[in-house]
Amino acid sequence: MNVIFDNFSLYRDGFLQTLKICAFAAIGSLVLGTLIAGFRVSPVPPLRWVGTSWVNVFRNCPLTVVLFFCAFGLPEIGVNGAYFWFGVTGLVLYTSAFVCEAVRSGINSVPAGQAEAARAVGLTFTQSLSTVVLPQALRTVVPPLGSVIIAMIKNSAIVGAFGVGGDLFAVGDTLTSSRGEAVLPVLIGVVLGYLVITIPGGLALGWLERKVAIAR
Amino acid sequence: MTASNTAPPMIRMESVDKFFGPLHVLKDITLQVPKGQVVVVLGPSGSGKSTLCRTINRLEPIDTGLIEVDGRPLPAEGKELANLRAEVGMVFQSFNLFAHKTILENVTLAPVKVRKLPVAEARKTAMELLERVGITNQADKYPAQLSGGQQQRAAIARALAMRPKVMLFDEPTSALDPEMVQEVLDVMTTLAGEGMTMLVVTHEMGFARKAANRVIFMSDGEVVEDSTPDEFFTAPKSGRAKDFLGKILTH
Repeated sequence: MNVIFDNFSLYRDGFLQTLKICAFAAIGSLVLGTLIAGFRVSPVPPLRWVGTSWVNVFRNCPLTVVLFFCAFGLPEIGVNGAYFWFGVTGLVLYTSAFVCEAVRSGINSVPAGQAEAARAVGLTFTQSLSTVVLPQALRTVVPPLGSVIIAMIKNSAIVGAFGVGGDLFAVGDTLTSSRGEAVLPVLIGVVLGYLVITIPGGLALGWLERKVAIAR
Repeated sequence: MTASNTAPPMIRMESVDKFFGPLHVLKDITLQVPKGQVVVVLGPSGSGKSTLCRTINRLEPIDTGLIEVDGRPLPAEGKELANLRAEVGMVFQSFNLFAHKTILENVTLAPVKVRKLPVAEARKTAMELLERVGITNQADKYPAQLSGGQQQRAAIARALAMRPKVMLFDEPTSALDPEMVQEVLDVMTTLAGEGMTMLVVTHEMGFARKAANRVIFMSDGEVVEDSTPDEFFTAPKSGRAKDFLGKILTH
């Protein structure tokens, strides 16, 4: 197990890189996914079409294909930038489809009368969604959304393998392939790094779930 | 109806038809409600009276015909429609108070978000309204902590907070325990006495007799009778109305 301690700074940097990818991707996909969910329940048909197509494309494509498009397709149409941002973009696009469906299931769990009452007092569609429906949807949405975000954290390994580099998974790759370290202890170190993110994340979600449940 | 002046009626429906799939729920409805009138809509369940009520603020869109509120045709979905709904108060059978907000927040939400009133002013008005419906002491509770009667009175206060020109009541007492019906009807009777234009879908015959200026009887999606409460209850003209009254007034 010495390999973990001997290369601690490498692991630490990898951990921080993974954390960075996940933080940007989580914020991006939660915002984008909620927006797309709004599209999917909108009274405006073209917005509904956009929302439905979005989900169908990104939920049904393998993440690696989405990443390929971002990393190699975007430069071809003139969008240039760091691989880091291509990787994050790919992960956001892919995860937003799952966030959207989780949020939409939450929206559907709010009784129709709530939205009717909101419209009846003169709130616009956007206002009734943001002040009446979504706050109540949040309650049912926390557990499935938690699963989506945890899956996203694990998917960040694929982003790392995709040339973004420097993340936890890439650290494991470097140590085993380039330096010929034994695989098992190296991977145990990698796993521990992910658990340090996902387990507290799960606990935080449990706390959030209890907190929003009380606010009734 | 006799048009006593040149002002447009508060509600005007002209040849309104509505279908739910193959079901013809509103059949060629034409009626006018002048300002200040209290209209009670009666009829057996499935007669289309709730649907009629819900078409007036376009919670149910109609298939053909015309609906005007205070001389303005109902706009299509969007900002314009939201503005119109702000002027039409609605009270639902199942109250539909916002479950995640306190009673006070329920009443202040629309004045702050739609009318852009300062929060302090909206709260002050809200407390006055809650006092009017007799539930000031419930202001900081959540809807689930209130009885049905209290919830419905809060819902009336929420609608009044927008200073509506007209109030629609869709079976406001049908989901209430019997002992709570009266407290809600009392609030409605006071409101009627103050000159509010009201359209009330209900099964409360006592309220219809006491507070209504006019009774509309619906059956199978049609307006079958349109008369004063006295006339309707003592001398109904149609067989369907006689049949309906026979069923509800015997016990």
